[in-house]
Amino acid sequence: MAPTASQSSKHHFKHWVQGALQATPILLGYLPIGFAFGVLSQKAGLSPFNTLFMSLIVYAGSSQLIVVGLIAVGVTPLSIILTTFVVNLRHMLMSAALTPHLNKWPKWALAGFAFELTDESFALHATRFVEKAAERAETFAVNITAHAAWILGTWLGVVAGGLITDIEPFALDYALPAMFIALLVMQIKKNAQIFAALLAGGLSVGLYLYGWGQWYVIIATIIGASFGVLVEKWIKN
Amino acid sequence: MDQELIFMTIIGMALVTYIPRVIPLLALSGKNLPKLVIAWLRFVPAAVLAAMLTPAILLENGQFAFGTENLFLWAALPTLIAAVLTKSLFLPVVVGMLVVIIGRMLIG
Repeated sequence: MAPTASQSSKHHFKHWVQGALQATPILLGYLPIGFAFGVLSQKAGLSPFNTLFMSLIVYAGSSQLIVVGLIAVGVTPLSIILTTFVVNLRHMLMSAALTPHLNKWPKWALAGFAFELTDESFALHATRFVEKAAERAETFAVNITAHAAWILGTWLGVVAGGLITDIEPFALDYALPAMFIALLVMQIKKNAQIFAALLAGGLSVGLYLYGWGQWYVIIATIIGASFGVLVEKWIKN
Repeated sequence: MDQELIFMTIIGMALVTYIPRVIPLLALSGKNLPKLVIAWLRFVPAAVLAAMLTPAILLENGQFAFGTENLFLWAALPTLIAAVLTKSLFLPVVVGMLVVIIGRMLIG
């Protein structure tokens, strides 16, 4: 039962718009951080092309900001790449966690989706997919909107870096933390999840303060999720 | 570092970033995962969100900060309440940002 071409494109258009709208909090957060990256990258001596190229093909905010700092102080390419690997390794957990929701997708779509998997897009999708099945056009619209905002922010930082120096009055730097709070609340459906979140949050702060470098998120998540499973079993019995 | 070397470094960064993002999705999708693994994966979102969020709102410059200087922590409270009440994404984000804006006007 194939829909006619016009019905199908109308249908698709609706999903693309809905996806783009859902990405609004990410967009608000990415514009200023991308901007900051654009400014710092220029200062560290990266060409405008390389700056935009990094936002296009690496697309991982915290690692990009760390790397421009490393380039500025003359760290070797190999240690830059290793650092990037360690900083971004947490995405492995996120990719695994979304797999049960994307079982029906073809491999090419998974490969495209993974390219734009960030902390923020993960947070949004993990909640969206629990509420309704993963609609492909809508999901890609979220990712492309977020990525476009990141690139646009970077570009603005490159061209207008000297003009705008203070974004604090707009509180755009709170868009992402606030989104994480809202998504965490929406994510929690049972008590064992509250326990897992509290444990992971506490461990994360502790490990961070004890100087576990970039491993604190991964380790806190693994331990938090494992105890979550245990507590769930314990509640059931 | 010259621009060409930076360009090559960026390609290396892209590879080591993409591989962990894509491998689990490609390797695990379509497979019948053990029940225990699926149960574990269901806890990952809440755990990883909390692990990323908590240092961002409890710490400032790498130290615990519970005073009015840590606006992000105090704004978290109305944001949390809005999230619990509305179970939506937009309103809590707007509430949180407004509280930060007002807080900065009062303090700064």
